[in-house]
Amino acid sequence: MSEQDVVTQVPDLTSRFPEQVVKDTRQGYEGYIVQPDFLLEFARTMRDEDGYDYLSSVTGVDYLPEGKLEVVYHVYKTIGDKGLVFKVQLPRDNSIVTSLVSIYPGAEFQEREAYDLLGIRFENHPDLRRILMWEGFAGYPLRKDWKEPFYEEDFKPFKTRWPQGKIVRAEDGTPFKDNVEYPSDFDPENWVSESESKLYESLKVIQQESDGMKTDRIIVNLGPQHPSTHGVFRMVAVVEGETIVELKPVFGYLHRNHEKIGERNTFLQNIPFTDRLDYISSMSNNFGYVLAVEKLMNIKPPDRAEYLRVMMAELTRISSHVMAIGFLLNDLGAYFTPALYALEERELILDIFEAVSGSRMMCNYMRFGGVVRDLPEGVLEKVNELVFDRLPRKIDELDRYLTENEIVRNRCEGVGVLTPEQAIALSCAGPMLRASGVPYDVRRAEPYSIYDQLDFDVAIGIHGDVYDRYLVRIEEIRQSLKILQQVVKQIPDGPIMTGKPAYQVRVPAGEAYGRVEGPKGELGYYVISNGKPNPWRYHVRAPSFINLTSLAPMCRGEKIADAIVVLGAIDIVLGEVDR
Amino acid sequence: MNGLGIIKGLGVTLKHFISTYVEDFRWRGKLYRTEKGLAFRSSSKMRGVFTVQYPEEKLPLPEEFRFIPFLVYDELPNGEKDFRCTSCGICAKVCPPQCIWIYRSNDPVTGRPIPAPAEFYIDIDICMNCGMCAEYCPFDAIIMDHDYEISSYDRMKDDIYNKEKLGKPASYYQGIRPTNYARQATARAEKEAAKAAGKKDV
Repeated sequence: MSEQDVVTQVPDLTSRFPEQVVKDTRQGYEGYIVQPDFLLEFARTMRDEDGYDYLSSVTGVDYLPEGKLEVVYHVYKTIGDKGLVFKVQLPRDNSIVTSLVSIYPGAEFQEREAYDLLGIRFENHPDLRRILMWEGFAGYPLRKDWKEPFYEEDFKPFKTRWPQGKIVRAEDGTPFKDNVEYPSDFDPENWVSESESKLYESLKVIQQESDGMKTDRIIVNLGPQHPSTHGVFRMVAVVEGETIVELKPVFGYLHRNHEKIGERNTFLQNIPFTDRLDYISSMSNNFGYVLAVEKLMNIKPPDRAEYLRVMMAELTRISSHVMAIGFLLNDLGAYFTPALYALEERELILDIFEAVSGSRMMCNYMRFGGVVRDLPEGVLEKVNELVFDRLPRKIDELDRYLTENEIVRNRCEGVGVLTPEQAIALSCAGPMLRASGVPYDVRRAEPYSIYDQLDFDVAIGIHGDVYDRYLVRIEEIRQSLKILQQVVKQIPDGPIMTGKPAYQVRVPAGEAYGRVEGPKGELGYYVISNGKPNPWRYHVRAPSFINLTSLAPMCRGEKIADAIVVLGAIDIVLGEVDR
Repeated sequence: MNGLGIIKGLGVTLKHFISTYVEDFRWRGKLYRTEKGLAFRSSSKMRGVFTVQYPEEKLPLPEEFRFIPFLVYDELPNGEKDFRCTSCGICAKVCPPQCIWIYRSNDPVTGRPIPAPAEFYIDIDICMNCGMCAEYCPFDAIIMDHDYEISSYDRMKDDIYNKEKLGKPASYYQGIRPTNYARQATARAEKEAAKAAGKKDV
């Protein structure tokens, strides 16, 4: 999206608010810069009058040389249109800004993340605690002057590797116990974590006033080690009897600060790291990232590469959705028979990935301006067999196997309901949003690659419950198969790369937000380049992280056993949630 | 009728169960531990279970499969190893987790760098098998391996590979990646032919 588009679409933002809003005129940037004290009113006007009802991403950027912190908001219309970017600039040493949770409740976790990693304080935020790091962690890791314990240099490639590369292990350089940085007044012997007390405080467990029988509310911790949490994930639930009164998800156990690593890397080096976000669907992750950087570089891949990308992305969607369905049934108690039926189909898809990219899960297949390699001999025939014969048959079988099952229906229908208004407000994405009846799909709303030439429908549900999420996933697999059948028939011959493959890419200065419809939802990459070989800012809008914002509203009032099913239907992957 | 859905679902499970034995029966014991049986079992025609009896049988690896890289050398007639690596450092620069260390050798007389690595290290604990070093190497000198069974008892001692341990002959490379090898060999021959033709013209 160029600056021109935004201007033609909302022509009078600067003239409407001449005092408070200015256009972002930096080279390669777009959108508007809003005065901090006007932000709340601006956002409300945008949502209520201009129809930007969907907050896609909130993040911060540290402009160390200018001494500024910037908060960047990307908002969209769920009826489908180009988006709007607006920013707030704050001083680095006293960065306080109004929270937008009252306007867009979906900002809750994203603002907490910005507070955690960049130290931006959001006023009037309902629960401003650290989200990925622990309370008491020293500093804000994404600030440019913060250095990690194994710090070598600001940017890769490190100079110690060549031409006088003498191997030194990182752990030899910093012996055990010294590889963590503590606050200056930190005493590990007598330190008590504030994380827990702050967490329980935030739950606001109030004894119920009742004239009848007095019941105690108790706190139940599910996880972090629990088979139903799909990884290391914790839910703190306040229960009354068996009913959940309040619930808070706790995560970050797998946190590795993907974004900081990304800012140390060169643009190219980031591609294999994106595989490790949502490791079930690495091809989609590659796709989103290369789209963002291609926007900055202003290049387009050749036709064959576009078809190959879409083919891989849709195969990924199928494998991710069958996994989601299989493991949802695990959570329901149908222990592992449906999951293994799902894994069989995934196995065949992974075989294709392995033949094409060399790896089953960490594909690392896409490059700026194309893909790594063409399909090896015999792979297209395999895909053909899969999408015309095997998968349609097997999806019908899965459908026959589960959809009418009375236990599945009793457990799923009417559980974890989100109304369309709630789903939009909470920034839900993907099957979650569509199951609530909002026909919003990035492939249709803002078509990228060749999706505008393909014939497919957007699957939607009506009730917004767990059962509809399951049905939407089944239907999306069918639509993906429809796309794949077209792609296999139409794929043209030709080059798979624009220009020569180069290990150093030149990315002009500017910002870009590339988003794709990943299997879990809208996957966005916000990349800022300052013309150097490394990105200045690299932010991932992780769909399952933001979908978790709606976990608590969905679980309130449900039974504790249903919370597990609700979580299963969100389909989280902890590699992406914790980053 | 209530319960019909469950019965229908159980029918699917029963079909799965029976088809497992149908395939076993049809292959008369040849479904397991034969190459043909393994290929059938991992194809989309398979109806029963996919299980592979590792380590007795192993799935055939596709050519592009990538694991820890190795350095290619050509065997000279006198038995010496002629490493293709020129120590240009592109692999070390492009490596995402920065697990490659190259010590460039200098000519003992002039002190100028010569195109061969004095030492080449890869810390395989850090390597993420992304294959970028092999992808961007201009000399086809570093190639991703197919040997994935490399577990060892002492991580500190065994997991830093040096030039000696990384080196593998070009014939091995040809064995695991025949099409890639043939493509690169023809490209190199063409380049050399063009170079020779250019020299003749001068």
